[in-house]
Amino acid sequence: MPVSAVTGGTTRRVSRLLAGLGYPPGLSGHERAYGPLRLPLRRPGRLVDVVEASGLTGRGGAGYPAGRKMRAVASGPGRKAVVANGAEGEPASGKDRLLLTRLPHLVLDGIALAAQAVGADEAYLCVHGTEGALLGHLDRAVAEREAAGLDRDSVPIQVTGIPGRYVSSEQSSIVQYLNGGPGKPTFSPPRPHERGVHGKPTLVHNVETLAHLALIARRGDHWFRGAGLPSAPGTMLVTVSGAVRRPGVYEIEMGTTAGEVIALAGGPAARLQALLTGGYFGSWLPAETAWPTPLTHAGLRAAGGSLGAGIVVAWPAGACPLAETARVVRYLAEESAGQCGPCRFGLPALADALAALAFSGARDGAIDAIAALLPLIERRGACRHPDGVTQLVRSMLTAFPVDAYWHQWEGACDGVRHPPLLPLPGDEERDWDWG
Amino acid sequence: MSVTLRINPIACTGHGMCAELLPEVIELDRWGYPVLASPAIPRPLLDHARRAAQACPRLALLVEEKAGKHR
Repeated sequence: MPVSAVTGGTTRRVSRLLAGLGYPPGLSGHERAYGPLRLPLRRPGRLVDVVEASGLTGRGGAGYPAGRKMRAVASGPGRKAVVANGAEGEPASGKDRLLLTRLPHLVLDGIALAAQAVGADEAYLCVHGTEGALLGHLDRAVAEREAAGLDRDSVPIQVTGIPGRYVSSEQSSIVQYLNGGPGKPTFSPPRPHERGVHGKPTLVHNVETLAHLALIARRGDHWFRGAGLPSAPGTMLVTVSGAVRRPGVYEIEMGTTAGEVIALAGGPAARLQALLTGGYFGSWLPAETAWPTPLTHAGLRAAGGSLGAGIVVAWPAGACPLAETARVVRYLAEESAGQCGPCRFGLPALADALAALAFSGARDGAIDAIAALLPLIERRGACRHPDGVTQLVRSMLTAFPVDAYWHQWEGACDGVRHPPLLPLPGDEERDWDWG
Repeated sequence: MSVTLRINPIACTGHGMCAELLPEVIELDRWGYPVLASPAIPRPLLDHARRAAQACPRLALLVEEKAGKHR
């Protein structure tokens, strides 16, 4: 184990995507920060090769190889479509919003490049439709590029507001919405890369993935691999919150340990008992397990966690993780699209069972009731929404068996009265019972 | 040729016809939605599976035939 993982001391700062934060906003600052982008690409197919060689993986949560996805779309029939997913559904994530508000041209570069590379004649940048100010900001950025003649040979980028629900940021939901539907997950196949927007093979990438693409196109795959691990190259954005002194979005090399990331965020603001990694579809890990774990998909999976979209919540000893899991699962149950029975009925039942364990306490069978529901929900929906919830709950039972035991036999712990740490949209309107 | 069963969970509204017609493979959960014991259909049950798929009022039960390594 490197010493820094033990001491939480020195962490090498890295600034690739976020290098532009020090420059004035707008296109001129963008070009000064990153250098000009030469479009149109002389050999569009070559960019797919470079992205594949770079080892870039999707930064939206699933971590699928970005180049392979581009190749699958590019090799499909006819004209293609590109969708940039900036509808950050995870309430504990702030990286996509940071990119879109502060560095929109990096994302727009990536969209223009991806559209040329796969042969698209339609390109969309999707954010939640409730975000009026952000939509206006992005429209102005697109207009600035058009005025500068930047994307003259590229397809016009349409900034689009999609429904604000949690499951609407799922890629099949976005495709369905762009096709005139309500924006709910669809049954597959076909998957978007086979038949997506207007029936075209459709590339859906997270906005951070596209921002990396914009730098890879400028500097090459070898440069990209100069940061991170050979098995997980490059940098990634992480959103750190909870009991840290400087919560926020940080750029790290892939493979930086969770402890180093906490140190980067100013260090723990209280004694930590656990980390929540990967967000609300992620996993609880005991702090001692998480601390030396490298932040890569494989690293976290080996430790029983998940990386997701790079969310790390530092959990203080004084807050009850069972109570907050119950609260988050209630929210996720309400955010179900309600299309599939096991999700529609299973998630509210699971939320009830979690609330019974967390708040009522001293009930024989409370843990078994939760465990019995999980297999009735898992892998039974059209999308991964229910599976994300059960993963979170399973990790809670694994990471906090003693707490669960205490709640079941003795009643709610003092930690349930700790103010909520996990952000939820519209939380102020929710009538949470904090005992 | 391998034959598998799949449920379209969006289309399914829990009528439960499939569990009546194919109890060897399908049972209902506590909310009345089908649970498959295994997606692979044993050969002797193939006709029953096709009948169950046709009987589903929501056409949510899919019998999918894929060219496979075996037979």
